Amino acid sequence: MPVSAATARLSRRPVLSRVRLSLLALLLATPVLAADPAPRRVVSMNLCTDQLAMLLAAPGQLVSVSRLAADPRSSAMAQQARSYPQNHGQAEEIWQMRPDLVIAGSYTARATVTLLKRLGVPVLQVQPARSLSDVDKLLRQVGDALGRTAQADTLIADFDTRLAALRAEVRRRPRAAIYQANGYSSGDATLAGEILEAAGFDNVAGPGGGTFLPLEKLVMADPEVLITSVPYPGASRAEEILHHPVVRDIRARSHTTTVLDHDWICGTPHVLEAIAALAETRKALE
Amino acid sequence: MTRGLIPLLLLATLLLALLSLSTGPVALSPLQGLKALLLGGDGPLPVILRAIRLPRTLLAVMIGGSLGLSGAALQGYLRNPLAEPGVIGISGAAALGAVLAIQTGLAALFALALPLAALGGALIAVLVLLGMSGRRAGSLTLILSGIAISALTGAATSLVLNLSPNPFATSEIVFWMMGSLADRSMSHVWLAAPFMALGLILFLPVGRGLEALTLGEDAAASLGIALPALRLRIVLGTACMVGAGTAVAGSIGFVGLVVPHLLRPLVGARPGRLLWASMLGGAVMVLAADVAVRLILPDRDLKLGVLTALIGAPFFLHLVWATRRERA
Amino acid sequence: MSLLSCRNLAVTLRDRVIFEEVSLDLAPGELVGLIGPNGAGKTTLMRAILGLLPHGGSSSLAALSPGARALKAAWMPQARDIAWPVRVEDLVALGRLPHRARPAQDHAAIEAALDRMGLQRLRHRRATRLSGGEQARVLLARALAQEAPVLLADEPIAGLDPEHQIATMTALRMLADEGRGVILSLHDLGLAARHCTRLILLAEGQLLADGPPEEVLSPGLVARAFRITAYRADTPNGPVFQPLTTL
Repeated sequence: MPVSAATARLSRRPVLSRVRLSLLALLLATPVLAADPAPRRVVSMNLCTDQLAMLLAAPGQLVSVSRLAADPRSSAMAQQARSYPQNHGQAEEIWQMRPDLVIAGSYTARATVTLLKRLGVPVLQVQPARSLSDVDKLLRQVGDALGRTAQADTLIADFDTRLAALRAEVRRRPRAAIYQANGYSSGDATLAGEILEAAGFDNVAGPGGGTFLPLEKLVMADPEVLITSVPYPGASRAEEILHHPVVRDIRARSHTTTVLDHDWICGTPHVLEAIAALAETRKALE
Repeated sequence: MTRGLIPLLLLATLLLALLSLSTGPVALSPLQGLKALLLGGDGPLPVILRAIRLPRTLLAVMIGGSLGLSGAALQGYLRNPLAEPGVIGISGAAALGAVLAIQTGLAALFALALPLAALGGALIAVLVLLGMSGRRAGSLTLILSGIAISALTGAATSLVLNLSPNPFATSEIVFWMMGSLADRSMSHVWLAAPFMALGLILFLPVGRGLEALTLGEDAAASLGIALPALRLRIVLGTACMVGAGTAVAGSIGFVGLVVPHLLRPLVGARPGRLLWASMLGGAVMVLAADVAVRLILPDRDLKLGVLTALIGAPFFLHLVWATRRERA
Repeated sequence: MSLLSCRNLAVTLRDRVIFEEVSLDLAPGELVGLIGPNGAGKTTLMRAILGLLPHGGSSSLAALSPGARALKAAWMPQARDIAWPVRVEDLVALGRLPHRARPAQDHAAIEAALDRMGLQRLRHRRATRLSGGEQARVLLARALAQEAPVLLADEPIAGLDPEHQIATMTALRMLADEGRGVILSLHDLGLAARHCTRLILLAEGQLLADGPPEEVLSPGLVARAFRITAYRADTPNGPVFQPLTTL
């Protein structure tokens, strides 16, 4: 198609009338369609929305997930993600996929999201989960956006049932701490904190959100179980604290091999795997 | 004044070390702390004192002392009050060496690779600086060479960390550039100690030579000073001390500048005497700064180098101004 | 007895021959003035005698170890380097570095040097705050405190006022009279003629003349080496030498 014809067709669209004729716009082969209730070409560009979309989408509806979704260190659905083309969260590459819905996290890739919106692509921004109850909300939100409300209802019902079953059997609540790179810990008011709570542990980091837990405070709290993150490949000084003799001692006493892995990161039904694994650790302490 | 200076600095070091042992997120009186440190016993207090605060305090003394000492030695040798390991890029080069050792996995293979690589980086930087600035270092050449070395090593450090597969590595650029003593362990103390001891031994006899250099190289040589041996001691000693310190705590700038500058009038400006006063003064300054970062922002890991730079940079400007006035 | 002895000294710097075949001896009691036009190599010769730069031929001082040489000869370079604001008496005390003497002995040497250069009044001042002439006297006092049998000084009286020029030459002559040997370079031929016991004329890359002042300052040699004419006379107040015109 000659460039002048494309320009003419573009200029008829009210959404784009505000957009100056950028080089990017000139290069377009096909204009996007307006978002309709059941999008047919969905691109997700955030690790957590990737997993929600994979759980909810109809066959063929989801056309791309982010690169991180295929990384088993961060994604609970890495295997599944490999069957989708990956994106790197860059506006140009996502535009080329001609999506009629982009799902992004609300805090990540803001520049990209702004650019896509200006180009007239419908973007759904999803808040990260801060609690277990957020899992239901997220399933509902993404399910609605994909036009997959029934699938969302099924997943929500299943999640609630399994969560209730895991919560049921707690007798003693041992003290536990989450300890990650740089001495970062999670209080009760975080997803990780609620996972601890649901699995029957008391969190020594106390109420509140994410916080740096000084090594000294960790020693004073003397947790029975210490849950650390899996070291990434390649050394870093941030993770060196996990090898501090003090941390090693507490870990050696805490009889657990549980680590913060991909099940802890996103508010999806996969958090149940994390809770179940922790519950096993707790039973071993009894 | 001069006679009482060393005992005074020793006393200050001791008191600040006690204060450092009593400062932390867990509130303790100095007495409780001392008891837990020396007598041990059950419960978490001995662990906190021996495994967390003791190494931090020891490293503050060791690193402060080595920075003060090597700063005074470099200044004496180059006869320039602006020579400081951090300012002229030696610490930056040491940090690059350390980062390379960590990111190539060499440091994981054998522990001494870390300080050795940092030492190597520092050594290269000292040699380049001495080569660039010639025998009597003019301020301009010295500072310009230092800027170039700092920029180069800083960029290379960032590059290496950016290429790391570890997502946390990138955020460490700040640590390597600003330095911190938070959450160090006794293993860091043992890693740095032998090299600092070696540096100390190398620096022990340089006082005479530095005194003589007050009169210039020719006069010093005629006074029986073997200048090549002196230069070798300064180069290796600085590399040992700065390399070992940077390997375990990142680069902490301006200590070697501020301390000699403040103490010089108190020792009659004699470069030999300044060495040992500066060593103790460096320990005092880093101990005080490290206590301060824990008091100012107790919940954050405020980088030690941020504080020393905030204090040191104005001193640096003052010195540049004074030097310009004198040599104009 | 000779304090130092050089045979066929030669120095080549950057492929340029500075001088060749310089042989000389220094005896106790001699105050030797080293004269010559700019660039003749006076400084280079003195540094070669001390072994501070690579040279051909032999010098008895250069053959010594640095420590032994420091006990045998003191050297006052022309560059008046004082890197730090040290006190005058501390600077003079640097002359004692080569000695492993008792403090009382060091103290006596320092006092003597301060006295001889008339520096008692300035002893507590910062050396960097003094005038150029005062600094020159302080640096010479430092060399005196070294108490070596030989003193080599590179233009020690340049920049001094007439009073201190004469006082310094007199002090150096006293040193020689006490049995030491002194070599100094200088441009003031009048002072050289009056105070030195012997002059060495370095020019044209060689030792042009070596002898008593009246021989070395002959009209022929002065014209050849310096390209000047001069007035010479012996007066009741000693010899007078005054350069007059250029040739």
